[in-house]
Amino acid sequence: MKHHSVLKVAGLGAAIVVAAGVLTSCAASGAGDNEGKAEGSSTLRVTLANHVWTDIVKEKISDFEDESGLTVELTQLGEDQLSDQYNVKLNAGSDEIDVMMYRPLQEGKLFAENGYLADLTDRTADGGDWDFDDFQAGPVEATTYDDKVVGVPTITEQEVLYYRTDLLEAAGVEVPTTLDELEAAAKAVSEANPGVAGFVARTGKSAAVTQFSSYLFSFGGDFIDKDGNSAIDSPEARKAFEYYGGLLHNYGPENVSTDMSWPEAAAIFAQGNAAFYTDASSLYKNLTEAENSTVSDSVGFAPFPEGPEGSKPYNVPSWALGVNAASENQDNAWKFIQWATSPEMTLEIQQAGVPGARDSVWANEEGTASFPADLAKAVAIGSETGVGYDRPLVKSVAEAREIVGMPIVVAITGGDMDAAIAEAHEGFQKFLDGEK
Amino acid sequence: MTTVINRQRNGRSSFSQWANKHRKWVLAAPAMLFVALLIAFPVGWTLYLSFTDASGSVRAPADFIGLENYASVLTDTDRFWPAVGRTVLFTGGALLFEMILGMCIALLLWRPFRGEKWVRIAILLPLVATPVAVGMMWRLIFDPQMGFANQLLSWFGLPPQPWLSGQESALTTLIFVDIWQWTPMVVLILLAGLTSLSDEPDEASRVDGANAWQRFWYITFPLVMPTFITAILLRGIDALKTFDILYATKGKGGGSFNEVETLNVYAYGLSFDYNKYGQSSTVLILFFMMIIGCIWLLTARKKRSES
Repeated sequence: MKHHSVLKVAGLGAAIVVAAGVLTSCAASGAGDNEGKAEGSSTLRVTLANHVWTDIVKEKISDFEDESGLTVELTQLGEDQLSDQYNVKLNAGSDEIDVMMYRPLQEGKLFAENGYLADLTDRTADGGDWDFDDFQAGPVEATTYDDKVVGVPTITEQEVLYYRTDLLEAAGVEVPTTLDELEAAAKAVSEANPGVAGFVARTGKSAAVTQFSSYLFSFGGDFIDKDGNSAIDSPEARKAFEYYGGLLHNYGPENVSTDMSWPEAAAIFAQGNAAFYTDASSLYKNLTEAENSTVSDSVGFAPFPEGPEGSKPYNVPSWALGVNAASENQDNAWKFIQWATSPEMTLEIQQAGVPGARDSVWANEEGTASFPADLAKAVAIGSETGVGYDRPLVKSVAEAREIVGMPIVVAITGGDMDAAIAEAHEGFQKFLDGEK
Repeated sequence: MTTVINRQRNGRSSFSQWANKHRKWVLAAPAMLFVALLIAFPVGWTLYLSFTDASGSVRAPADFIGLENYASVLTDTDRFWPAVGRTVLFTGGALLFEMILGMCIALLLWRPFRGEKWVRIAILLPLVATPVAVGMMWRLIFDPQMGFANQLLSWFGLPPQPWLSGQESALTTLIFVDIWQWTPMVVLILLAGLTSLSDEPDEASRVDGANAWQRFWYITFPLVMPTFITAILLRGIDALKTFDILYATKGKGGGSFNEVETLNVYAYGLSFDYNKYGQSSTVLILFFMMIIGCIWLLTARKKRSES
C-alpha cells in the first residue's frame, strides 16, 4: 500500500509537470503568433550602442512611435557587450533583434559573410525622398558587401588633434601642424609643466590600432600592400610605430597603462593631465562639456598633423544600422532605419554634435554651425585628405588588430622594436594567408 | 470480459511492480534528465566542436578534423602554455594565502569574544560584493595616475607602482584582489568545521601541558583536516575558473601583453573575439580535464585522511 501511494504521488507530480509544460509551451507559441511572426508586429526590437548618437535618438523615439504606431523595445549596450550579444544571438539565428547598430569596419565583413545582415539593396534604391545617393561614397562602400547594401551609415569620424590652449600659450608654443612640431611641442609643454604629460593617446594593443592608423598613413605606410600581403615591416610603418610609441614613452603619463582605450585616455586629458591628445572627432563632447571635463574651457582642435606624406587621418563610418536577416519584422525595422537616418534627423543629430554621413548636411551651414569652428575646420580638412579605413580590412578584424597592435605597445614600453616588428609581420602574413 | 479486466489489472500491477522495484530510478529520473540536458549536452556539444574546424558562425558548415585542434593547441607555446602557467600560478598563489589567512582568522574567531558579531560582519563584506563591481573598484584604486594606492604610497614617500598596468605586477595584484575577496569564504567553512569539534581532546592536551602551537598542530589541525580539504576543493575549483575580476580589470586577452590571460580568458577570446569555436572548445575540454584531475586527486586525499 505504502509503495502504491509513493507511486501515486510521483504520478500526480509528473502529471502536473507535464500539464504545466504543455500550458506554458502553448502560451509561448500563442505569444509568438501575435508578436514575433506577423509582418505587422507592433513591437520593434532595436539594439544600439552606448554613444552620444544613441542618447539623441533615444529622446526622439517617442516621435517615431507616435508616427508609426509601433512600440520600440530598446536595448543599449557598451561596445564589447554589444559584440558579445550579437555573437551569441546572431550565431543562434535568433529573431529577437530587428534593428542592429554595428561597426561596419569591425564586424561588417564577418556579419555579412555569415549572413546575419539582411540585404537592403532594393529598399535603399526605392528610398524616394529619403535619398540614399545623399550618403557619402566612402561610408556607403563600407556598408556594402558583394555589391549588396547591408547597412546604412550613421556616424562618421576623423582623427583630430586635441590640445590645451592654456598650456600652449603659457609655454609659448604654436599649434603644431606637422608631426615633428607635435613632438617638439609635447616635449616643451611637458618640461614646462611637471606632472602634466606632453601627450596622451590610446595604448591598448587592440584599441590603439585605429588611432595609430592616421600616423601610419601620414608616414606613408599601410597595414596591407596592394597584393594583399603584410606591409607592417616597411620602413614607413616602422617609423610610425616608433613615433607613436615614442611620444607616449617619452612624453606620456608616468607609469602609463598599456590597456587604455578612449575612455581612459580621454579621462587623462579631461582631468587636465595631458597637453595633446589624438583621437576620434566624435569624442569631443567628452572633453568640452563641463560635467565630464575639468579643462572644458581650454580645449583646442587642430587638423591631424602632417607627416612625410602629408596629413592623412582616417575618415570612416564608425557605426551603421542594419537589419537582422533572421528578423521577422523587417519592414518595420526598415521604417525605423529610414526615420533615424532621414535628412532631418541627420541634421538634428549633427547639430547636437555627432558628425553624420550625408553630404547635404555637411553642405548645409546649419549642419556645421554647432561644432566648435576649429573642430569643423579640422573635420573638413580630414574629410578631404582622409583614408577610408582605420584598421586592416579583413574578416577577423579583432585578431588582426591584436597582431598589428603589438609593436605599438612594445614601442610604448620601450622594448625591442626589431623583434616586435619581425614577429608581428610574420604573424600577420600567416593570418592573411589563412584568410585567403 | 473478466479476462480482459484481469489482463488489464495484470498489466497495471506488473507496471507498478516494475516501478516499485525500480523506485529509486523512477524518482531520480527527472533530476537525472535535468542533469543530462543542462550539463551533459553542453559538454558533449563542446567535445564535438573540439573535433571540428568550426569558425566564423556556429551555424556555418564545419569539417570534422579529428585531433588536429588538440595537436595545434598542445604545441602552442605562445598563448596556450603560458595561459596554463598563469592559471596554475593564480590558483596556487591565491589558494595558498587564502588557506593560511583563512585558518588564522577562523582560529581567532573560534572562541567567543566581545564585538564578535561586528567583526564577523565586517569580514564577510567582501564576499557579498559582486565580482565585476569588485574588479572595477580595485581598477580605480590601482589606477597609476589617479588611484588611491599610489597616493597612499606617496604619503610614505614611496615611489608609485604600476600595479594592474605593469607586465610583471598585474597577476600578483589580481591574486591580492582574489585573496581579499575570497578569504572570508574559507573562514566561514573552516569556522563551521572548528565549531563542530568537541573540546575534550583539546582539554586533555592542555592537562598534558601542550603549548598553543602543539595543540593546534597535533590536535586541532588533524581533526579539522576533512573540512580543510573541502575548503581547498571548493576554493581551488573556483579560483581555477576565475574570469570576472580578470576580465573587468584587464579586458579581452588579459592585457596588451596577455599578462593575466588564464585558460578561461583565452578560451573566451578565441570564441568571442576570434570566432574560432573549434579551437576554443579544445581549450575548454583540456581545461575541463585539468579540473577533473585536480578534483580526483583531492578527493582521493580526503578519503585517505578520513579513513
